[in-house]
Amino acid sequence: MILSITGTGAVTPAGWGVQAIMEMLASGTTAPLSQLERTLNGTNISTPVRRVPVEGATTPKIARLRRTSSISKFAAAAAMEALGETRLAASAAGNLRVGVIFSVLNGCVNYSNRFFGEVLADPAVASPILFPETVFNAPSSHLSAMIGSSAPNDTLIADGTGFFTAMDLAVEWLQRGDVDGCLIVASEEIDWLSAEGLRLYSTDYIPAEGAGAIYLEACEGTVRLLHLPDPVTFTKLSRAASALAIRKTLAINHHENHLLVDGRVGISRHDLAETLAWEDWLGARWSPRKVLGEASGASASWQVIAAAEAIRHGPFSTAVVSAVGGNQQAAGCVIGR
Amino acid sequence: MVITGAGIISPMGQNWEENSAGFRAGRMAISDISLFDVSRQRVGKGGQVALQESAAEAGISRSAWQRMDRGTRLATTAAREALNAAKIHGGNLPVIIGTSAAAMPIGEEYYKNAHTGMADPRAQLRRVETYQVQRQMVGMMRALDVHGPLRIVSNACASGANAIGQAFHMVRSGRAECVLAGGYDALCELVFAGFDALQALSPSGVPRPFDAARDGLALGEGAGFVVVESAASARARGAHIFAEILGHGAATDIHHLTQPNPQGDAALLTMQAACAMANLAPAQIDYINSHGTGTPLNDIAEGNAIQRWAGDEVGKIRVSSTKSATGHLLGGAGAVESVICLMALAGQWLPASLNVRVADPICTFDLIRTPRDAVVQRVLTNSFGFGGANATLIFGQEGLT
Repeated sequence: MILSITGTGAVTPAGWGVQAIMEMLASGTTAPLSQLERTLNGTNISTPVRRVPVEGATTPKIARLRRTSSISKFAAAAAMEALGETRLAASAAGNLRVGVIFSVLNGCVNYSNRFFGEVLADPAVASPILFPETVFNAPSSHLSAMIGSSAPNDTLIADGTGFFTAMDLAVEWLQRGDVDGCLIVASEEIDWLSAEGLRLYSTDYIPAEGAGAIYLEACEGTVRLLHLPDPVTFTKLSRAASALAIRKTLAINHHENHLLVDGRVGISRHDLAETLAWEDWLGARWSPRKVLGEASGASASWQVIAAAEAIRHGPFSTAVVSAVGGNQQAAGCVIGR
Repeated sequence: MVITGAGIISPMGQNWEENSAGFRAGRMAISDISLFDVSRQRVGKGGQVALQESAAEAGISRSAWQRMDRGTRLATTAAREALNAAKIHGGNLPVIIGTSAAAMPIGEEYYKNAHTGMADPRAQLRRVETYQVQRQMVGMMRALDVHGPLRIVSNACASGANAIGQAFHMVRSGRAECVLAGGYDALCELVFAGFDALQALSPSGVPRPFDAARDGLALGEGAGFVVVESAASARARGAHIFAEILGHGAATDIHHLTQPNPQGDAALLTMQAACAMANLAPAQIDYINSHGTGTPLNDIAEGNAIQRWAGDEVGKIRVSSTKSATGHLLGGAGAVESVICLMALAGQWLPASLNVRVADPICTFDLIRTPRDAVVQRVLTNSFGFGGANATLIFGQEGLT
């Protein structure tokens, strides 16, 4: 069965839409920095972050999204861009079975922060409106409702490589014929809780937010999924050894028409495993996380989307996407014409 | 596709034997909650596990045990029992796990310390790292010497059922010979307060699924794990076979984030899909372990779905909710209730819906109100999650297909 990526969607610190990522990658610039501020015991705590710009928002106007936090709004905008109006109409009419797989690491941190604060202050008046939006699968529930689909919907939690696991599950659904197509979506939102948490690992991390989505279906499209190996879990092998193992499994060598889209963020210690695993790669190489910031579960989706667009519009015929997560697995895929 | 190992820890007991005896006897396992302060909540009861607190009892190293959150300790206990029952001692098998709250108690500690401004950064980093569920599950896999790909499903209350369903498909398709799958959740303050805020908890702390005057659920905690294996592999190594997995159905209820479609549309889809896969008619199902939370809306929706699914046969369909005994185990519910179904198949008895005074008129099926002996060949279990993730699994005695 030939599976192809026939739709992409993104919301990133570069802007709303896939085009914004590609323009920023082409420009050699990085997404703007801003400061996330909070006051604690009279002291200002400031965390540099890369946020999604307010202007240009394409969040769909649907009732389900009115009370949601950014994570669901980003996910909905990316999913709608990837799905497109024609497929949306077909799904809503019951003529297209669209499965939804949502990949996440941090999850709904804004409302979790607010709700738990209310609980500690006085649980008797904690908001029943906030709590449902703290649940990991709330965003994916909104996505299925948005497209009017009762087809399967799964939320997967993983480290920053989870998007590949989500793609793997989508392949299973498509091969079994459970769905006609699958929206694979990853989304994260910024909150001081998670942003400060990330910077405990290194103050060089720049937390980011946003979402990415692809539409995968069985067809002979321009951008085909050529190889999606099982991830290498960090149970027996070290992070570095896992990176090398997945690089070998991906089994692709540099060529003038090949592109590597890696998961490096620009922090030597974090990047070392991937740097060593791909040190023999002499071809073209993109590192979207260096440009857009570290958006945890969403970052790998931006890598896949950038690779897909590079194939769709040229000049590359094949792209290998690689990511080495923080504490679960090394993963990747090969896509191409 | 067969099940060659099963493990369980719940408010009812620490393992298969204790749980089987408890459900067979119709025992209630709801108690006062002592894990966190409930003095300002409307409700103070739930299904709390008497978890062993020693690494030696759990059979793993002290350092590994100390790094685990409560939920992972529950999961490790049940997963180890499942692997031991299957006589599998480590290896390169995939692991699929369902959870909803994950390591939330550690996140709660991180939150509280972040608000003090005096927290030790190293301690906070440790909390951030160990709060992450994939970090916890990788630790569990190391402790169990299991090293395959890891997939963590978070479909709220359907997490555990869908994890087992995914394992079933993975073996069925030939991708894997053997998969460890299950679900777990531990009680935690945020989630408990959340259900309380929604007024979904029974004020008395006594859940009464399918009672006409039911007033909500009780929350619980626990874990259930199974080893899903190809029949060929199981027979080749002479493994004991607990049951066959006959079908799995999944669908999404898009009615509302927290309320099911009143007619049970998605629930009907999952039951029909699982039966179609199993090539079974409703009358061939000997028992339904219902989702049966005890909330007014859930039980009506599920009751309607069962009526529509069974049609004229509905009066013969035997149904109960074991959440009446343990509370609702959220991400662990579907997996724990699957293991209870395996107990019913093994022991030829049916567990009960406890605490029912007057059955709701929706119960046109045979609501089991006290445990009873029965011929049990095929069982169906429903899990309907917050957000609309619905799942149905069907298990059968070996050799029927």
